[in-house]
Amino acid sequence: MDVEAGWWVSVVGDNGSGKSTLAKHLNALLLPTRGVCFVLGNDTKDSSLHWEIRKNVSMVFQNPENQIVASVVEEEVAFGPENLGLSSEEIKGRVNWALDVTGLAEFAQKPTYALSGGQKQRLALAGALAMKPKCIVLDEATSMLDPEGRRDLMEVLKKLHDGGMTVVTITHRVEEILMSDYVAVLGQGKLTFYGRLGDVLEDSKLVEFGIKEPAIFRFCRDLKTRGLLDDEVFPRAEDMAENVVQKLCR
Amino acid sequence: MPFLEHLSLGQYVPTQSFVHSLDPRAKILSAIALITSVFLASTSLWPYFLWFVVLIAISALSKLSLKTIMASIKPVLILIIFTVLINLLFASGEELFRIFFISITKEGLAASIKMGLRLLFLILFANITMMTTSPIELSDGIESLLSPFKRFHVPAHEFAMMMTIALRFIPTLLDETDKIIKAQLARGADLDSGNLIKRFKAFIPVLVPLFVIVFQRADDLAIAMEARCYRGGIGRSRMKPLRWTLSDGLYLLTVLLTCASGVVLDKWVL
Repeated sequence: MDVEAGWWVSVVGDNGSGKSTLAKHLNALLLPTRGVCFVLGNDTKDSSLHWEIRKNVSMVFQNPENQIVASVVEEEVAFGPENLGLSSEEIKGRVNWALDVTGLAEFAQKPTYALSGGQKQRLALAGALAMKPKCIVLDEATSMLDPEGRRDLMEVLKKLHDGGMTVVTITHRVEEILMSDYVAVLGQGKLTFYGRLGDVLEDSKLVEFGIKEPAIFRFCRDLKTRGLLDDEVFPRAEDMAENVVQKLCR
Repeated sequence: MPFLEHLSLGQYVPTQSFVHSLDPRAKILSAIALITSVFLASTSLWPYFLWFVVLIAISALSKLSLKTIMASIKPVLILIIFTVLINLLFASGEELFRIFFISITKEGLAASIKMGLRLLFLILFANITMMTTSPIELSDGIESLLSPFKRFHVPAHEFAMMMTIALRFIPTLLDETDKIIKAQLARGADLDSGNLIKRFKAFIPVLVPLFVIVFQRADDLAIAMEARCYRGGIGRSRMKPLRWTLSDGLYLLTVLLTCASGVVLDKWVL
């Protein structure tokens, strides 16, 4: 499995299929017992390179409560850059930027325990972003957000991705793969599919891999078979609506 | 979080004042000096007036009312009363008067007043430092003060990091304990009846899951910290580095001089 710089890759699979294990390999938190894992050309088996790898690949974990170190929001975001030994001004700049991007600027001085679940998850993302990584890995990091919060977070990721950041999202929400360029499907610790998003949506491949499709996928296929929708349209609500309107106007 | 309302560990009162803006090291060192001198100067009672004046001065400079500061001794009031009583009742010496079989001696009375005042000032000076210094500043200050001892293998950074994490997890674990207690109550656990041993035994089903959660959290946190390039104090910088200014020096010097004059006057002059 190869991930090029600037790609957005979604990893889907059932519980226990090895998604989180895969994610931890990208940051050298776990080392391969068999085979090899190269991150930015660095072999993760060489422990002297771990620092360099972790500087460039940030991770956001599932439970934000277990990754918050400090008791004040801005101190929490500063933790990563402080570990990099940056200057005080640089750290402040990064903290303000990360809090702005994640919409937490007004909470900078708040105690971390006073934040809601969704805010804590955004704080965890801010902490990862403040490292200014080349790649960000989200391990089911949207699980505690409400639909609106999830959409906001996806918008943030999209902006970062458009700016050239490589994004890897581990998810069990199939809707979320629609933002990505590539999809990896895991099953029982093995990579069962890895390819372009278009390929996985075609011929309902997901069902073949034992992954339940969301209703919108089936709806989209239904419309396509009835000729109400063009074949190349992805099952995103906005795209579908636009295409249907276009078709009707024609 | 109902537990949190009664929690006075985080005593920090955030306001803008001269004392609040001081370097935490100046405040920690002043507190140590004040507490030491309170214990050194004890031949007569008058130095306590001096400490009281110091207390009023600090309270004025920190914009905290004397009432707020005094209120902070509430949780340890029992301890003070207990100490005073022990000193009063169990001292031998010249008898002043007698209530039934308890004799109150002159030495006992003097010792209990001194002991009570000592404890009172110890707690007040420690509390005023906690009330004017945020937990982060406090741990930064301790780390910085301990750093000269690093060459003797004193883990200054690790100590400060432990303190930061402990403070961060207090509300989380209180919340967790609350949840477990409610879950056990919902399943019919009886936590508050019977004698002490019975109650402790009933509490074990709360402690076991709590410890499991604590270890799980510790493991997750360690991984998350490692993922964020944490490798101990090596090569670590600070967003808000401590800066020692002239006013910090002057404050510490004033406190030190006051302490020294108190001790000297008490021991040799008066």
